[in-house]
Amino acid sequence: MTTTEQSANAPRPETLTPAKTQPRKQRRLGKHPDGTHWLFLAPTLLVFTLCIVLPALMGIFFSFTNSVGYGEWEFVGLSNYALMFTDPAILSSFGFTLGFAAITVIVTNIVAFLLAVGLSAKIRARVALRTIFVIPMVVSPIVIAFVFKFLFAKTVPAAAGALGIGPLEETILANPDLAWLSIVIVTAWQAIPGTMLIYIAGLVAIPDDIYEAASIDGIGPWRQMWLITIPLMAGYILINVVLTFKNFLNAYDIIKGLTDGGPGTSTRSVAMTIFRGFTDGDYAYQMATATIFFIITLAIALLQLRLTRPRKR
Amino acid sequence: MTATPSSPKYSSTQILSKGSKIRRRGERFNRPLTLILTLCTLTVLIPLLVTVFMAFKTASQAVEAQAFAPPAPMSIEGFLEAWRLTNFPVTFATSLFVSAIAVAGAVLISSMAAYAIHANWERKFFRFAFFYVLAAMFLPFPVLALSQIKLSGIVGLDNPLGVGILHVMFALGFNVMLLTTFLRNLPGELEEAARMDGASTWQTFWQVIFPVLAPMSATVGIFAFLFSWNDFMMPSMIISDPAQQTLPVVQQLFQSQFSSNYHVSFASYLMAMTPSILVYILTQRWVLSGVTQGAVKS
Repeated sequence: MTTTEQSANAPRPETLTPAKTQPRKQRRLGKHPDGTHWLFLAPTLLVFTLCIVLPALMGIFFSFTNSVGYGEWEFVGLSNYALMFTDPAILSSFGFTLGFAAITVIVTNIVAFLLAVGLSAKIRARVALRTIFVIPMVVSPIVIAFVFKFLFAKTVPAAAGALGIGPLEETILANPDLAWLSIVIVTAWQAIPGTMLIYIAGLVAIPDDIYEAASIDGIGPWRQMWLITIPLMAGYILINVVLTFKNFLNAYDIIKGLTDGGPGTSTRSVAMTIFRGFTDGDYAYQMATATIFFIITLAIALLQLRLTRPRKR
Repeated sequence: MTATPSSPKYSSTQILSKGSKIRRRGERFNRPLTLILTLCTLTVLIPLLVTVFMAFKTASQAVEAQAFAPPAPMSIEGFLEAWRLTNFPVTFATSLFVSAIAVAGAVLISSMAAYAIHANWERKFFRFAFFYVLAAMFLPFPVLALSQIKLSGIVGLDNPLGVGILHVMFALGFNVMLLTTFLRNLPGELEEAARMDGASTWQTFWQVIFPVLAPMSATVGIFAFLFSWNDFMMPSMIISDPAQQTLPVVQQLFQSQFSSNYHVSFASYLMAMTPSILVYILTQRWVLSGVTQGAVKS
């Protein structure tokens, strides 16, 4: 560490050396927050409350009413919720969304982690490869879904026909049992780069000396992976899993572009069900759906945070 | 570290260091891995190539829907038609406006909030504020959508400005989490030194914290741009005037009508994709080095 005298704008945590070290001053910072700290936070909290928290509370409130979104309404207690739990359309959209999200989180994170490790290894053309792998992240989900829709509807069946692969000659988009696969593929395709970049950022933050020391101690690369990389990456894995899961639960754009919830209602996500309720004038009823959806989202997120906490650095 | 002054340029090569043989100057490239990764890029490139091929076809070629057949002859009639149908200049400007708000908000507002929270972590209110914005990470847009449509209509924000503000607020929790984590990993002496030099909070933020946050802000900013530019769900629900819609939303046009005019639809898709791909290519060196190498100074 002694040789790396870096200035304040070289934000590599492990190599940062303070300009001055005066250990005698032990006063904790922030003991006296001044006006600037409040200025930095308070207006943001206010707008945040109006944009996010208020609509959430409104939604919960109206879920106990029979409002259609405008005009008169009255309280109906829990009847929206009671109705919901016997409504096959809603139950199936919850089932579809949770299953799809779980599968896609696993696929996305495994592929992204492997790509991140691969791209961080000693390879040729690293920069070019990395550039290409990140492209899916920068493309609009609805637009790429339209492109894939064309591929699944026209190109894959044509290719399957030419190659004599019978089952694929019919587009999977029209198959109620397989359409979800197309959604997993496109969602993962799109989500991998962002996840991968966060992993790469985490891998780079691991100081080299740890690996050097491990090598000197005779620890091979795969054991280094298990003993050093993965434990040190636990925080990043947590962030990525929570983030991707949260995103996938809200799946809408890609499904809208690929199947629009079909065939039938086989790929209708919760978000789609809620939005359709809006157009159908079921405001209060779908707010109940939304509230349950929120509780599920939150419960899973808290569970994930709790499970991963002990491994936090 | 004293013996071999680590060059940050090579730091990322050490992540899966292949024992002692491959190291620093004498290093060898991992050829099989390079080959595997190169093959993997096809999964990314094929859909894009198909888009380009289809976009430059003539109407009669496009109708055949041969994805891998290059356009012969090349034609830009699809682009002209798509430009007209989507009212491209106006739609483009709208998308740009929304994205600009989202990026400015992500970079400035999130880092200010993160700094305030970080600096006052012992104080209950600031800790509460952290979890307050963090918890909302798990409030999905569908849960809030109709209430937000109602409210934005009441205050006259059912327009691109409203969508920009919502983009900032939805991203706040995640950005604050990333930035405070980053700040927490910095040595406190850095800020303390500035303090002892008599810097005010305002000065400390701009002269010490904000520059130190730069690589993280780059990540946050680029993610904000990409999310905002490409978002379909929020603008489609919030913006009430179809003439003020963003680029991704107007692409729906090609699903109902013109469904076999693939050259027009793909030309339009290509025009919607290109700006974000271009921005990414132009900023990627800076962005990726910010994300992946952190400290490499130019």
